[in-house]
Amino acid sequence: MSNQSSVEILTEWDIVAARQLGRNVAKELGFGTVDQARITTAISELARNIYLYAGQGRIEIQRLTENGVKGILIIAADNGPGIPDIRKVMEDGFSTSGGLGAGLPGVKRLMDEFRIETILGEGTDIRATKWLR
Amino acid sequence: MVQKIESQYKEILNQYMQRQSEQNLYVGQNFSRQLISENTSPEEVISMHKAAMQELYSDMPEEVWHSFDFLIEMMINYGLALQERQSLLKRQEELKVEMDLAAHVQETLLKTKLPALEGLDIGLLSVPARKMNGDYIYFISDQAGHAGVAVADVIGKGLPAALCMSMVKFGMDSLNDSTALPKQVLETINRIVEKSIDDSMFVSMFYGRYKASDATLTYGSAGHEPAILYRAKTREFFELPAKGLLLGVSPLATYEEHTISLEKNDLVVMMTDGVTECRTDEGFIERDVIFDLIESKKDEPAQVIVQHVYDELDRMQNAELRDDFTLVIYKKI
Repeated sequence: MSNQSSVEILTEWDIVAARQLGRNVAKELGFGTVDQARITTAISELARNIYLYAGQGRIEIQRLTENGVKGILIIAADNGPGIPDIRKVMEDGFSTSGGLGAGLPGVKRLMDEFRIETILGEGTDIRATKWLR
Repeated sequence: MVQKIESQYKEILNQYMQRQSEQNLYVGQNFSRQLISENTSPEEVISMHKAAMQELYSDMPEEVWHSFDFLIEMMINYGLALQERQSLLKRQEELKVEMDLAAHVQETLLKTKLPALEGLDIGLLSVPARKMNGDYIYFISDQAGHAGVAVADVIGKGLPAALCMSMVKFGMDSLNDSTALPKQVLETINRIVEKSIDDSMFVSMFYGRYKASDATLTYGSAGHEPAILYRAKTREFFELPAKGLLLGVSPLATYEEHTISLEKNDLVVMMTDGVTECRTDEGFIERDVIFDLIESKKDEPAQVIVQHVYDELDRMQNAELRDDFTLVIYKKI
């Protein structure tokens, strides 16, 4: 079972809309305040990356149920330049030292599952899931 | 588990709310240590605090509860920073273990044996500034009374310098000739180094060959710190200059060699720039200071002189060694 909705990211205000969508879904699924804050922080981070580096893209929120466990899936997709060196952006200290925020390692820590696919010149697709415990 | 911590927190908080004593604050602080050891994040602590307050003081205005939610949001990035720090610390620890192992391997790999030669007393000290040594000493000797010494210094410190040194060692090992003269040694090692290391790395090297039969030292240098000769009879110091490019610059480089005769109690002091570039807050330590240190112990065995120079320079620099420090003294006895 999955149930989806999405927000186009074009301006900085769309980041807020994506957060709102994610928070509503997280709340409905029964996530507590702390996890809601973590999920929205992850969405913020992903939406900001789209806004800053790809120019435009889309944040999609899906509700998941697997073996009776509920979860939330964030998909961040863009047709931007892609990431030349994934290993580097996944390194601790790479984004935080420049004051850019939690970065992708942060998103990975905030969520339970994390997957990234990127093709140079074609775009990036990041999927992050958090399960309700 | 989580519930147990939550109820403990509530209990400790309640104690404090009843009585704002130092004792209760102390209990709270000890509890925070337990939370940290269990990797409880700041946002979870605030969430726990909110839950405890809701149970203890349920009739608080809505604004108070909202403020806690706001604070949780504020703390998410702090929690991430904490986790990142922990993973970086772990990584750092792994690197440290790796470096220790590498330093140990280097020590074994670059070990050299002091020649035992009639009429020659040798002192040697090499101290790395970091874990890995970028200075290198190589001795070779034979029964016929030859003792060659190479003193090399990679421009640079730490791991890259240490890796580079292995090459000089293998070059010397394959040459394996204690009678070889400096010109030949330096030209051979230069070709090896030039071929094998990248353009940003250079090695300076001094090579001296002592011949016991006529007590002469023949020396040459590849851009290395000049050796010092101390004449015991006149109590004078002389530099021993020798022209030659750093190793690794050009495959065509050629090297000079000069020969001096040593008399009883003369000293030949060979070193890396870690010795001459010792500095205090007031600037570089003057050469004369080093000369005085050597002269003050001139009647002692070579190893005592070497140790004395190091100890004194180390003291002058407040034990903050900035560069790898290597000192070799040949004393004619």
